[in-house]
Amino acid sequence: MSMKLLARSGLVRSQIAATAHTSPARRWGSSISQRPGSDSVRFPGAVNSKFTTDMTFLKASDLPAIPTYRVLDSDGELVDKTRPAPDVTDEEVLTWYKNMLSVSVMDVVMFEAQRQGRLSFYMVSAGEEGITVGSAAALTPDDVVFAQYREAGVFQQRGFTLKNFMSQLFANCNDTGRGRNMPVHYGQNYPRMHTISSPLATQIPQAAGAAYALKLQDLQNPNRDPRIVACYFGEGAASEGDFHAALNIAATRSCPVVFLCRNNGYAISTPTLEQYRGDGIASRGVGYGIDTIRVDGNDVFAVHEAMKEARRLALSDGGRPVLIEAMSYRVSHHSTSDDSFAYRARVEVEDWKRRDNPIIRLRKWLENQGLWNEEKEKETRDEMRKAVLKEFGEAEREKKPPLREAFRDVYEEITEEQREQMSELKRILETYPDEYDLRPYKDGAKGLD
Amino acid sequence: MAPLRAPLRCLAQTPRRFYSGAPTPSAKLNLPIDYKTTPILHHTSSSLSNTSEYPAAATTKRLNYFQAINSALRTALSTSEKVLLFGEDVAFGGVFRCSMDLQTEFGSDRVFNTPLTEQGIAGFAIGAAAEGMKPVAEIQFADYVFPAFDQIVNEAAKFRYREGGTGINVGGLVIRMPCGAVGHGALYHSQSPESLFAHVPGVRVVMPRSPSQAKGLLLASIFEHNDPVIFMEPKILYRAAVEHVPNEYYTIPLSKAEVIKPGKDLTIISYGQPLYMCSSAISAIEKTMPGVSVELIDLRTIYPWDRQTVLESVRKTGRAIVVHESMINYGVGAEVASTIQEGAFLRLEAPVKRVAGWSTHTGLSYEQFILPDVARIYDAIKQTLEY
Repeated sequence: MSMKLLARSGLVRSQIAATAHTSPARRWGSSISQRPGSDSVRFPGAVNSKFTTDMTFLKASDLPAIPTYRVLDSDGELVDKTRPAPDVTDEEVLTWYKNMLSVSVMDVVMFEAQRQGRLSFYMVSAGEEGITVGSAAALTPDDVVFAQYREAGVFQQRGFTLKNFMSQLFANCNDTGRGRNMPVHYGQNYPRMHTISSPLATQIPQAAGAAYALKLQDLQNPNRDPRIVACYFGEGAASEGDFHAALNIAATRSCPVVFLCRNNGYAISTPTLEQYRGDGIASRGVGYGIDTIRVDGNDVFAVHEAMKEARRLALSDGGRPVLIEAMSYRVSHHSTSDDSFAYRARVEVEDWKRRDNPIIRLRKWLENQGLWNEEKEKETRDEMRKAVLKEFGEAEREKKPPLREAFRDVYEEITEEQREQMSELKRILETYPDEYDLRPYKDGAKGLD
Repeated sequence: MAPLRAPLRCLAQTPRRFYSGAPTPSAKLNLPIDYKTTPILHHTSSSLSNTSEYPAAATTKRLNYFQAINSALRTALSTSEKVLLFGEDVAFGGVFRCSMDLQTEFGSDRVFNTPLTEQGIAGFAIGAAAEGMKPVAEIQFADYVFPAFDQIVNEAAKFRYREGGTGINVGGLVIRMPCGAVGHGALYHSQSPESLFAHVPGVRVVMPRSPSQAKGLLLASIFEHNDPVIFMEPKILYRAAVEHVPNEYYTIPLSKAEVIKPGKDLTIISYGQPLYMCSSAISAIEKTMPGVSVELIDLRTIYPWDRQTVLESVRKTGRAIVVHESMINYGVGAEVASTIQEGAFLRLEAPVKRVAGWSTHTGLSYEQFILPDVARIYDAIKQTLEY
């Protein structure tokens, strides 16, 4: 196997200060002066940099692009015939496949449902199911996830049920978000996946802090299995200041966190060419002194192996961050509020759909192994569709939470001011009963008591 | 993949529930705003030319709010080569279509996409303004302006004060952002953070109520002031509000409120989208309480604000209500009510009331109960008149 994470020293060994992983770079604050005849820098900001008389600017364009790790080719065959088969059981792979399929079936139903006005909003993750399912499969249930909003596959793989999905999408009284969040803002306590927040990149530094908390807790309690944080975001979000803050602070505090960037080529309408000029997001990891790899996001085995190894690295030598950049193509619109054909050609999307897709690629592999066939495919899809529609119907009929949930959880306790506002709202609802439809809400106006 | 429309059609036979804010069949007050008839908008070009702020004998065109912003931006870009327009997804026309066709017309040097970084957008705009350009920066949603808060509060607002004798300032800088609730935007596509900016001396905070106001106020923000402007556009109006808008260049003064409906018994002070609800509530009350007339004032600029127009009105009517969408706590209503209390105390016949969002976040399922509606404004008018 030739999966290789870019170590700090790997990219431009001659120019970038190389420091051993086992001992964090020491800044020699007390002896910054140059020893006579020394051939390297002892400035506090750059240790072990050699002096040179050759004035050369590093040109990003001269450096080779970071390679993309791949296990399967687009026909579902091992690229490297000499390597052992992926280290997973048939049952596991079939579970991954079904999870990817289930997200994809749900996406089609819910996208259509939004178009019919049944829910206010939806975001599909078409083309990114391999990244989310493959990476989540390498986590343990005790690991903690901070996601962005296109990671339904992570939720699916970590036990979020169809009923959980539908309850959130319809903001009903079974929704753990208490009917407060826009659709696709899922959340779960265990296995922990923090509730999605719409603002971009805010979760990335939080993931670093959470990983630091896990690291300290696991040090304080050596009997428990060590945990990591997995943090997901897109290449657009990586332009936010929070991304840069996160990688730097995670590196300096040696946090056991795996940053997983889904590079799908578009941030709403903005193509990567207008998002950055460097070599993707992976090149930035190296700059922050973080072990980094780029993988083919349409290859669930490559993603899984990279995440498994990243998790191991994140927990080695007292903890350290790792960056994975998973490449894909956003075949869908950004969301139901977006029509992407206003800024990209339909043919570009059709080309991508035809060329490659994580579900089809894994299906080919499964068929090559004799684990799957057209009949199973049809049967499974039918079952999934039925299951989605059943939960859809039940969730849609379910009541919304009581109105007090509009005020609860702002603070731990409802404030005196809020209590007065709730009484005033109740008075309004009772004075003008014709003006409000309280039937969808559990307990009607009494829900404010 | 097989189409899924068929099974969904079966589901469609189950009782259909709207996800948010549907009016009840019995409602008389909380009806959807009828933007086709509301007196807030200029439905004819003659009603527009009766208003002194618009150019006399202007040719007009019916535009919605995003088209009016687009028209203002086009006018600005062709008026001065110093004007720049940028932000996330601006190149293809913007997610709300405000910058449609402008990159094609004015080129990608002056109209362009930025990477996804609000702090970068704001800081970039401040730097460009400090060196003599007139940057119009777009933040995609007001909810996402907070990474730029440092640049706005510590830099844009303090720039002239800090530079002092160098005379350098960031005049011409405008940061536009869609704001406000639409009924299903929940926590992060609904906020109206005007009071956070209004707390900071040094930036002007503007929120136009209609297409023709938006064009005049935006052009004034770009060309007629040397102060940085936070320009907030209630996004629910982008498509809903349509009216006659002058085709040419014109400006509407900043920091000047407008009495949009005269009255003698009570003054309502508001701005942005709630003005339409105030107008509905006023016509309902004037029907149920014959003889009563209510004055409606649009602040237009939230800070520095036109205190004299408000005080003059309340000294006349003796009663006042402030209405806004964002949370009541430490909101614009508190500032206006306290100024009225100080400046018109002896004329007051009832406490100044505030109708505003409750002190919570905009939970998806509860938006219509959290934000002001016509019934709550109607009730407040009644209580204030009967005090």
